[in-house]
Amino acid sequence: MSDKVLQVNDLRIRFRNGKETSQPIRGVNFHVKKGETLGIVGESGCGKSVTSLSVMGLLPIKTSEIVSGEILFNNRDISRLKEKEYRKLRGNEISMIFQEPMTSLNPVFTIGEQLSEPLRQHKKMSKSEIRNNIIAVLKQVGLPRAEQIIDEYPHQLSGGMRQRVMISLALLCHPKLMIADEPTTALDVTIQAQILELLKEIKVKNEMSLMLITHDLSVVAEMCDRVVVMYAGEVVEEAEVNELFDRPLHPYTQGLMKSLPSNNERKSKLFSIDGQVPKPSEIGEGCVFANRCPFAFEKCFAETPPAFNRGKHISKCWLQDPAVKEVMQNEERSIVNS
Amino acid sequence: MIRLSGDPTALFLPPDAPREQIEEYREKLGFNRPIYVQYGDFMVNAVQGDFGQSLRSREDALPLVLDRLPATFQLAISALVLSLLISIPLGVLSAFRRNSIFDRIAVAFTVLGQAVPSFWLGLLLIYFFAAQLNMLPSGGAGSITHLILPMVTLAAYSVARFTRFTRSTMLDVLRKDYIRTAKASGVPTLRLIGRYALKNSLIPIITLVALDLGTLLGGAVITEVVFAWPGIGRLLMQSLMNRDFPIVLAGVFIIALIYAVINFIADVLYAYVNPQIRVK
Repeated sequence: MSDKVLQVNDLRIRFRNGKETSQPIRGVNFHVKKGETLGIVGESGCGKSVTSLSVMGLLPIKTSEIVSGEILFNNRDISRLKEKEYRKLRGNEISMIFQEPMTSLNPVFTIGEQLSEPLRQHKKMSKSEIRNNIIAVLKQVGLPRAEQIIDEYPHQLSGGMRQRVMISLALLCHPKLMIADEPTTALDVTIQAQILELLKEIKVKNEMSLMLITHDLSVVAEMCDRVVVMYAGEVVEEAEVNELFDRPLHPYTQGLMKSLPSNNERKSKLFSIDGQVPKPSEIGEGCVFANRCPFAFEKCFAETPPAFNRGKHISKCWLQDPAVKEVMQNEERSIVNS
Repeated sequence: MIRLSGDPTALFLPPDAPREQIEEYREKLGFNRPIYVQYGDFMVNAVQGDFGQSLRSREDALPLVLDRLPATFQLAISALVLSLLISIPLGVLSAFRRNSIFDRIAVAFTVLGQAVPSFWLGLLLIYFFAAQLNMLPSGGAGSITHLILPMVTLAAYSVARFTRFTRSTMLDVLRKDYIRTAKASGVPTLRLIGRYALKNSLIPIITLVALDLGTLLGGAVITEVVFAWPGIGRLLMQSLMNRDFPIVLAGVFIIALIYAVINFIADVLYAYVNPQIRVK
């Protein structure tokens, strides 16, 4: 029995739009261990959300397709599961919190009606049992007057409260894995901290794993045990959280960290990585980051780098190739000597 | 406006009537007064519920119109029920199976339904079901069988409109975040569509239905004429032809009233479907 709740191996996803096809996810590997919080970081359009939706089996069937690879949930490949089978997992063993608490709840149904769904679908419970369960979970996520809120409509709640409702929705069936897709992006800063604290707390209490998708490195530093950095549909770096912040190996990760505004300084200009994420259709040979990389050399444009593994620190960059390192050291020496 | 078609006296007296007789008639009915005086007079009486008498039968106009109301209601409501029964499932299915063959056929039919003029459809139905097959009466009222053809004719247009509208609202709703949330909770497709998506799409559908019911009640003129249905529409048509304008005015008034009432009912229904506009 492995200690990995979720293992994604060489996942490739293709989107079809009429006759055009694109590959937003190209050979993604990562895993989530039991009780661990894995952070998935990257900027908009790098494939974070597509990856998480594919784990939930929520990609649009008509326009998207898992080309290859597998998604192992508790050592069982769920990537090609039938809809009916998948439904037994959703909201039950894997659940998900979405980015927009304001639009993620149905405006014409009460909180109670919406929260009863996972229990109704997955557990055999009477109506009063369901109601008691919901109230208990609403209390657990720190909502006051849970007995009233259960009969209220989403528009009567604030954004932070709605996100708490979303968390309780995800929590109801005691999932083994919870995916949180930018859970705090749409919230006020003070509420953000509360929600993150809550996620941390319930993760420990419910003994589940958390997959936290974010573009915010400070959230990662605060929450995660391990981090996967994604760029343009690929995992470019993976490491323990402290290791990553101490020694970012991939130039993209380094760039991300440099673009964080520091607390007390007021520099004239904030650092930003030049250029833009290439569109899936523009990606050809070579490293996906090469066109924006300050260290790129010929090989970067010609060949796609493999994942170099140094201890538990994986990065997809030619600079980590032992052979390249040797050459560079020699060059440096010859420059010094001459 | 009603006077644009000419002086009503011309239709009531023989063309060769002597000048004095015409003048006498105009005097008696008050047509020789200036238009604005006649208008003011009419308004003063109308707000008291008196629309005058039919020029032809000398009966009070309002009761004449109200007499026809049940027939019009019967036709309009049954056409509405029929079109809702057909169009909502059709529209929902069409949206859910978007771009499938079923969807394309449904869309083609709705375009056709909106394009076909109702007098022509009515005539076709009479030709096939009444004249050729002898299954249904071609006109008149009195039994369920009399109702079928005009109901179908009247419903055809609404079915088309409702189906298209349901389809597009449903497509809109299906893209919403909360539908994804429900899916992520493990809600089966049928329940997702039938319960969660449908209730959201009902709000705009109610608006359309309210608007169309007004049209069905007031504007079924052509269908009522084609099928000799004894409703308001046919009465109005006849009165217009006869320049019997007190009846026309009373009819228009009743139709306007019906519109207002229906819209009020629609507003109440909104609150039932949409909690956000419920009054505490």
